Amino acid sequence: MSAARDEILRRIRSALGDVPTGERPDDVPVSRDYQRQGELAGAPLIQRFADRLRDYDAEVRRASPGEVGAAVAAACVAMQCRSVAVPPALRSEWRPPGIRVIDDEGLTAHELDEIDGAVTGCASAIAETGTLIIDGQGESGRRILTLVPDHHICIVTADQIHGVVPEAVAGLGPAVRVQGAPVTLVSGPSASSDIELSRVEGVHGPRHLVVVIVAGPAAV
Amino acid sequence: MTDAAGHGWAGRAGPSFPEAAKLALADSQLRHNLGHATHTIRAKRAEVVAELPDWEGLREAGRALKERVLRHLDEYLVELEASVRRAGGVVHWARDAAECNRIVADLVAAHGASEVVKSKSLTTEETKLNEALAERGITAWETDLAQLIIQLDHDVPSHILVPAIHKNRAQIRELFARTLPQAPADLSDDPRALAEAARLHLRKLFLDARVGISGVNFAVADTGTVSVVESEGNGRMCTTLPDVLISVMGIEKVIPAWEDLEVYLQLLPRSSTAERMNPYTSLWTGVTEGDGPQEFHLVLVDNGRTNVLAQQIGRQALNCIRCSACLNVCPVYARTGGHAYGSTYPGPIGAILTPMLSGMTEAGSLPYASSLCGACYEVCPVKIDIPRVLVDLRRQEVAHSTRAARVRGRLSPEHAAMRALGRVFSNRRLYEAAQRAGRLGQGPLVRDGMIRRLPGPLSGWTSMRDLTPLPRQTFRDWWRANRLAGESATPIRMRDRPGGDLAGGGRP
Repeated sequence: MSAARDEILRRIRSALGDVPTGERPDDVPVSRDYQRQGELAGAPLIQRFADRLRDYDAEVRRASPGEVGAAVAAACVAMQCRSVAVPPALRSEWRPPGIRVIDDEGLTAHELDEIDGAVTGCASAIAETGTLIIDGQGESGRRILTLVPDHHICIVTADQIHGVVPEAVAGLGPAVRVQGAPVTLVSGPSASSDIELSRVEGVHGPRHLVVVIVAGPAAV
Repeated sequence: MTDAAGHGWAGRAGPSFPEAAKLALADSQLRHNLGHATHTIRAKRAEVVAELPDWEGLREAGRALKERVLRHLDEYLVELEASVRRAGGVVHWARDAAECNRIVADLVAAHGASEVVKSKSLTTEETKLNEALAERGITAWETDLAQLIIQLDHDVPSHILVPAIHKNRAQIRELFARTLPQAPADLSDDPRALAEAARLHLRKLFLDARVGISGVNFAVADTGTVSVVESEGNGRMCTTLPDVLISVMGIEKVIPAWEDLEVYLQLLPRSSTAERMNPYTSLWTGVTEGDGPQEFHLVLVDNGRTNVLAQQIGRQALNCIRCSACLNVCPVYARTGGHAYGSTYPGPIGAILTPMLSGMTEAGSLPYASSLCGACYEVCPVKIDIPRVLVDLRRQEVAHSTRAARVRGRLSPEHAAMRALGRVFSNRRLYEAAQRAGRLGQGPLVRDGMIRRLPGPLSGWTSMRDLTPLPRQTFRDWWRANRLAGESATPIRMRDRPGGDLAGGGRP
């Protein structure tokens, strides 16, 4: 085993005979000549996010902070989703009234397969790409929770929406470095274009993705 | 093309590219499927790339980061190993395909599993992991829809992103009806119905899987984070549901820092599936208690990559992030498809990567599978100068075969002709004498101002195109007459320009 390691490292060093011995990685210049901060804010930022989500066939619902539970319930009813699993940390006012809510205290894949949907929060979101980011912490829930059930309803607050990809990646740094958080980027429902490049949704992950954007009336 | 044995993968052993291409070109169904697919994705890519005003800046950063990694690959791999270990993972090193396959098979066997679920991985295609597992009595289920199609039909992939691009819906319907026990009797050829049949087939396998195998798109040296970028959710299933996860990566997949993902997570989806972002990207760091696999193994594979690294011009091929944009724009790939390349990596990137991975001993015809038009370089998100590498590989191939011919004591007619041409082109007097001779000699061949058929071994050139005859006056003649003799020089305008200087341009 370590023989393989030594041999590969030796091959690499011998292949790099043209690299000066004193060169450090940082001596190879990398220019960051690209956008690292978004230009939109407020209502136009939220609008961009909603447009991009719809582009990839996610359903978008808007709610004021007081209406979230009702908006989630309405989405469940529309999808005939009678039971939902939620992260135990999900705040009570985001839980849908009138729908069977099961806390994920270590549900198995088979148990989740019998539940219609999942309701979660997220760590952050990206407007430019219509992306939700779940990081396994708190209201994001475990990875399996948003993977096995057929429907995923994700709640995003306006202050969680970044403009562009670099802002979101930077924002995740601490959770990854400190907690080793497992991160999943979700952009629209599961899809495949493997047959004649014709897009089909719901291959293995959730078939439906509903995003509830929470913003006060001023931002909407 | 269902003969897996005929395809030599990274080190090819099958027919040469021209032989295989001739067969592919005769298959009109294949050409139709390919033409449709490559043109569709080409247009979509151009649209989403145009949306980003900073695309060129991202490309340059993507290239430069890879250059930094490759010039210090040993340091980054050692850092990655330490980070993965710190996060609770186990790192293995594999010098070649056999060693990689043995490591994975031993791990699977140690857990007593006879089945594994597998998400798409080109590196394990390259090492032929599935066949090696089968020899140990382990069934590897491919879970990407296209890979499943390929596996069920005992076929080989023909495209990096959409491996079953050469098949149409009717062919896939027939395959599923024949091979999937759960497929309904009245299965239609609607892609939705076909995907549903695959979902039903794979669902139970996912939920019961104990060992999962995945490839790796990026591995972050400073955090030990490993990522899989995908669309269907099968990658998430394979990396989340099993108790044990084994991820296999080529050693060039390492990137320096977490923040560098900001570059590649923009470059890859737009170049690959032509989306602003692919549906799912999983990024995990070792193991997380109570969430996902509780045992994680990362296998670092060389299998010829250090041969590529040793090539100073060719090294940049290791920048590749496997997006497949170069395949979709290539006029050669769009007509022949992937099988003709006889390699895990088809298209322009395969034409440079395959011969270098195998140490230039095989695949000598691949660097010629290109018209050097440069479209691949233009779309490459990490700026691999594929035409430049192709030309360098042709130079090496010629040097290699010339040496071999010398050993045999005989040059081929092509080598002899090229050598003679080289002498003529490097000497003005010989060159002009040859032009004069050519003008006299071409007389009987010219019909209506064009040469439509050349004799003997030159006929190959005119079998697909007409040739413009040598002009009565060459540029040199004109220059002498107009610029050197009388000093009453008039500015050169394009319409004054004579027909041409060299041996006459081809006309398509």
